[in-house]
Amino acid sequence: MSCSCLELVDPKEVKLDAVLSAYQGKKGVLVPVLQEAQEIYGYLSQEVMEKISRTLRILPAEVYGVATFYSQFRLKPMGKHIIQICLGTACHVRGGAKVLEAIEEKLRIKDGETTSDGRFSLEIVACIGACGLAPVVSIDGDVHGRLIPERVGQILENYV
Amino acid sequence: MKQEKGKEKRKILVCAGTGCLSTGALSLIQELNQEIEAQGLTEQVTVVPTGCHGFCEQGPTLIFEPEQTLYVQVKKQDISEIIDKEFKQDLRIERLLYQDPLTGKKTETFANTNFFVKQERIVLQNCGFIDPENIEDYLARDGYKGLMTALKQKSPDEVIEEVKKSGLRGRGGAGFPTGLKWSFCRQTHADKKYVICNADEGDPGAFMDRGVLEGDPHSVIEGMLIGAYGIGSDEGYIYCRAEYPLAIKHLKKAIKDAEEAGFLGENILGSGFNFKLYIRAGAGAFVCGEETALMASIEGKRGMPRARPPFPAQKGLWDKPTNINNVETWSSVPHILRRGAQWYTQYGTEKSKGTKIFALTGKVNNTGLVEVPMGITLREIIFDIGGGIQDNKKYKAVQIGGPSGGCLPESLLDLAVDYESLTSVGAMVGSGGLVVMDETTCMVDIARFFVNFSQKESCGKCTPCREGNKRMFEILDRITQGKGQLEDLEKLEKLARVIKDSSLCGLGQNAPNPVLASLKYFRDEFLSHILDNQCPAGVCTAFLSYHIDNELCKKCGLCVKNCPVNAISGDKHTPYSIDLETCIKCGICVEKCKFAAVVRSGKE
Ligand SMILES: Cc1cc2nc3c(=O)[nH]c(=O)nc-3n(C[C@H](O)[C@H](O)[C@H](O)COP(=O)(O)O)c2cc1C
Ligand code: FES
Repeated sequence: MSCSCLELVDPKEVKLDAVLSAYQGKKGVLVPVLQEAQEIYGYLSQEVMEKISRTLRILPAEVYGVATFYSQFRLKPMGKHIIQICLGTACHVRGGAKVLEAIEEKLRIKDGETTSDGRFSLEIVACIGACGLAPVVSIDGDVHGRLIPERVGQILENYV
Repeated sequence: MKQEKGKEKRKILVCAGTGCLSTGALSLIQELNQEIEAQGLTEQVTVVPTGCHGFCEQGPTLIFEPEQTLYVQVKKQDISEIIDKEFKQDLRIERLLYQDPLTGKKTETFANTNFFVKQERIVLQNCGFIDPENIEDYLARDGYKGLMTALKQKSPDEVIEEVKKSGLRGRGGAGFPTGLKWSFCRQTHADKKYVICNADEGDPGAFMDRGVLEGDPHSVIEGMLIGAYGIGSDEGYIYCRAEYPLAIKHLKKAIKDAEEAGFLGENILGSGFNFKLYIRAGAGAFVCGEETALMASIEGKRGMPRARPPFPAQKGLWDKPTNINNVETWSSVPHILRRGAQWYTQYGTEKSKGTKIFALTGKVNNTGLVEVPMGITLREIIFDIGGGIQDNKKYKAVQIGGPSGGCLPESLLDLAVDYESLTSVGAMVGSGGLVVMDETTCMVDIARFFVNFSQKESCGKCTPCREGNKRMFEILDRITQGKGQLEDLEKLEKLARVIKDSSLCGLGQNAPNPVLASLKYFRDEFLSHILDNQCPAGVCTAFLSYHIDNELCKKCGLCVKNCPVNAISGDKHTPYSIDLETCIKCGICVEKCKFAAVVRSGKE
């Protein structure tokens, strides 16, 4: 239901509406729409997916099916900072697992989890294309390379 | 195109590829600009942020034009000295020059490093030497001349003929002849045809396409334009994985600039040929690199592959004839049109023409991007260009072809790299990832690693891939846990054959390759795990055991303090010892001990 009370307008929803109207009527837009929706909200809630389904006239099951197929999409809220640790081949061979252990120990979370204070979420990924600097971790998109477990604590401190 | 010193403005090329950005290239660029201004040199020098120089291990790297002096591992603190010495005193700074890991010699110019000498840079010729966000830079290096040749001097059929003659084969994995693929799509009658650039690069340990897209995006666009003209297509997509934000940014800018310059859009260069190009970001599914899955993904669906035929050339994106090529394939095309098929065929072997970019990573001294003629040996790539194995360790294997390839032992190092030779030994060129492994890498663990990757990335559509890879993983996992049996090896081989023969797409069909190759070349290691209860590389934790050498122990107590499970006991009076029942084999004690008194062994 739309509402005219100005103070109730949700800026995120305004953005989503703009995205939806930009893509409406074009073909093959579900993936980019979900990507932009996630960019806005940080994750894809049931309400957001339902809204996308209604506006684009795509069955809810199909929207959910696509959202769960691709590893980029998150159906739960995430922490403030997202740590992606690479365990691709190059990082595996150069000791990525040890770096992961250090992060897990420091933050007391595992793959797919968020710290209780909501500061960090941890994700294991397979290659972010910085293999020359293996092992690597990417935090909010900043790549940290040639890591050793001892440096983990100091790097995490920069993300408050 | 060397310019004479003093006449033209000199340039400092700063690698601003993903690798060097992570080691501080951005702050170097700022600092350089400030310093140049402070020292009043703005008229003489410009700073150019470029794509990847390829020398990732040594980053951040600077190259000075025109002399091509190379400085490696440059830090912010070095900048004012660099500007002063380089531009006021004309002196080199010895400590920033590259030192060859094998000879210990310092090299002044990039072109003279062993890393560079054996390379043949065609696709990468601009990468690291131009500002990828500036179309003028691309044009200054003969950019869009290949397109002009195609549109002004050749009919579409002649363009395809030229690509056929060049012998160019797909760089995305299977090596299908590119000109032939184009001709199939050209021959299909339809009101609409698409061309697609596969920039999904999902193979972990590979970043060639990333390098090209970030460092020379116009070359990919130009290649696609030429292909579209040959095929008769007016619309294209670049499907780039979302993990490459910088590549997407550079592509967007390049498309906009190319539109403004009249290379994209309607009636291109007055030829009557129209072409529109869009970018689609992938969403993190390895299988979407497979062409039919990729098209499903562009259509906004789950990225599931489908059976072929019909091939994309008959029925592709939105059921229209479609031609898909890899980034590097597209990027090779402008050179072929501009310089001729004849010129291109001088590189490579009889059946594999031209050059191939490899991403050299793992336990090798010079990690980075290297472009070499097909037919070069693995030894030349790893030992001459790569500078050999890190920390003077012993070479064990090189993994080529990613999850579809295999690990090759020392005895195959002199193999000439091309499509046929690699397939014949159970590996494949694949996308071009080369991960070097030394004696501390366990081959059973690596086989387990790849099967785990494939079983996780299996889309689940066909049973052999979905279930078979899971079972293979369980067996391999069992072996690394010390619970393997001799029959397991036969089971693996049998299962591998079934999965290869009956899977729907290339993911399943090739997923067993890493296991089969390792069983062939490193069977001993499997047997050690199963029969001797030993992991020779000391990797698989189940076989590890730790004890304290009391001769070396200084009783400092650091290990006791750091052990997360309190498995170590001892004090000034009693010798230190590890309770193996409590020990979780994490190895922290080994890392913490300053006297090498904690000993790890790969045998229980
Ligand atoms: C599971 C799987 C993943 C693939 N991933 C990629 C990829 O990331 N990039 C790529 O160019 N080709 C990939 N391919 C190969 C493509 O299906 C296709 O053969 C290729 O894009 C054709 O281009 P080319 O002829 O220029 O090599 C993959 C194939 C399979 C089966
Ligand atoms: S394998 Fe880790 S970045 Fe490529």
